[in-house]
Amino acid sequence: MQKYSIFSLIKNAFSNHDKWDLAWKDSSPKKEYDVVIIGGGGHGLATAYYLAKEHNITNVAVIEKGWIGGGNVGRNTTIIRSNYMHDDNGLFSEFGMNLWRRMSQDLNYNVMFSPRGIINLAHSDAQMNVYARRGNSMRLNGIDAVLLNREQVKEIIPMADFSENVRFPIFGGLMQPSAGTARHDAVAWGYARQADSMGVDIIQNCEVMGFDVSAGKINGIRTSRGDIKVKKIGLCVAGSTNILAEKLNMTLPIETHLLQACVSEPVKPVLDKVVTFGAGHFYLSQSDKGEMVMGGDLDGYNSYSQRGNLPTLQHVLTEGIAMMPFLSKLKMLRTWGGIMDMSMDGSPIIDKTHIEGLYLNCGWCYGGFKATPASGWTFAHTIAQDRVHELNAGYSLNRFNTGYLLDEKGLGTKTWIS
Amino acid sequence: MLHIKCPHCGMRSQNEFSYGGDASIKRPNLNKEISDQDWDNFVYNRKSLRGKHWELWQHLSGCRQWIKVERDTATHEIYYTLKADEDIL
Repeated sequence: MQKYSIFSLIKNAFSNHDKWDLAWKDSSPKKEYDVVIIGGGGHGLATAYYLAKEHNITNVAVIEKGWIGGGNVGRNTTIIRSNYMHDDNGLFSEFGMNLWRRMSQDLNYNVMFSPRGIINLAHSDAQMNVYARRGNSMRLNGIDAVLLNREQVKEIIPMADFSENVRFPIFGGLMQPSAGTARHDAVAWGYARQADSMGVDIIQNCEVMGFDVSAGKINGIRTSRGDIKVKKIGLCVAGSTNILAEKLNMTLPIETHLLQACVSEPVKPVLDKVVTFGAGHFYLSQSDKGEMVMGGDLDGYNSYSQRGNLPTLQHVLTEGIAMMPFLSKLKMLRTWGGIMDMSMDGSPIIDKTHIEGLYLNCGWCYGGFKATPASGWTFAHTIAQDRVHELNAGYSLNRFNTGYLLDEKGLGTKTWIS
Repeated sequence: MLHIKCPHCGMRSQNEFSYGGDASIKRPNLNKEISDQDWDNFVYNRKSLRGKHWELWQHLSGCRQWIKVERDTATHEIYYTLKADEDIL
């Protein structure tokens, strides 16, 4: 594999950039693999990378129905954070933050990680108390958290609405200074390139038609490009988990819902933080290109359509304008949608299953992107060692049976009511 | 924008409705012994079908009645709507 550096850039400039190697091969499926990862999104590619790098398992295929990076890793709002209160979520995400911080070096691929900080706005005394509690919990887990009062927030984001007669006045906020954003496509491509260089086959346009299970054990899969014999399968298809679970006669604690995001026309640098509205569900950041990147609520009913509906978009942008009135002056450039696994407690599942050799990675709700490295790392560990790592022990499938739920937001089973 | 035909009020905009999830889920009969698995299936486990899906909606800003709707979760086409006490076709 060609190393990307200033020297290789200069060298290739002399040949008009015609002689760069392909970043990864367009592989065809072999007859047999040690591990097949289903789903060529961020989590699947990261899993393949860590299987090869940490566990020396390289007879691996990542199979993808469409093209890699075409699902939610290319559709999110690129926010990276670990501002969780519960230990299981906080420690898992903070482990991921450490992987994010050195990802560009590890992958030799600029993922444009930008730790610009995130501010969750509070709009009442009660909410300030809740944020103080969450901030303290974060600090106990070694995660940076700063409680800001109204004046401190005003100094950082003066363009938010600080006028007197507003419905949701800003009382303050909780900031995680080390949170930030990254270039989502680069994350998928960087993992794909490194995994490929270590011998992983990345197979696109390959749909899973069925599974060969006998005596409670995985033997292989049937795909649109032929049958594959395999000992271990990692299911990594958030958004389509229920479709594949049905082929395995499994019913999971997941509903599939649609989330929209949008960007405005590019403007000059105005916002150097990620900001979330505390009286509803709206988050905002500015991309390196200058576009304001926005997202908010789910459309609110089961959907596999990958495109959104206007009432929700209108509702979300109304919240955005309440938080930052200048947004009303901007033209919208693009809107799009992605489909999410909404788990029944709002937390993901990374676990073994009752079928030997079948491993499950799903239920990311709308927080999957930031988890990409930690999810890949722990899922690779779970597959390679056939046991969960302590970091993903809380993300068990049977917690819905035992009652050890991870209900970070306290929403109960209807996590699509946000 | 979805348009949902309320069996009580007629065709109305999606804005008047709120969503209530899978309508095929049945609460276990509590008069007899039920397993943890039965209870899990009722509370947590969902098929979340791609395609035709029977689901509950409430006409919240209208007659406030709960209704059953058969909708395609991939295309959003709506095939049937029923009153809450009518059996799924």
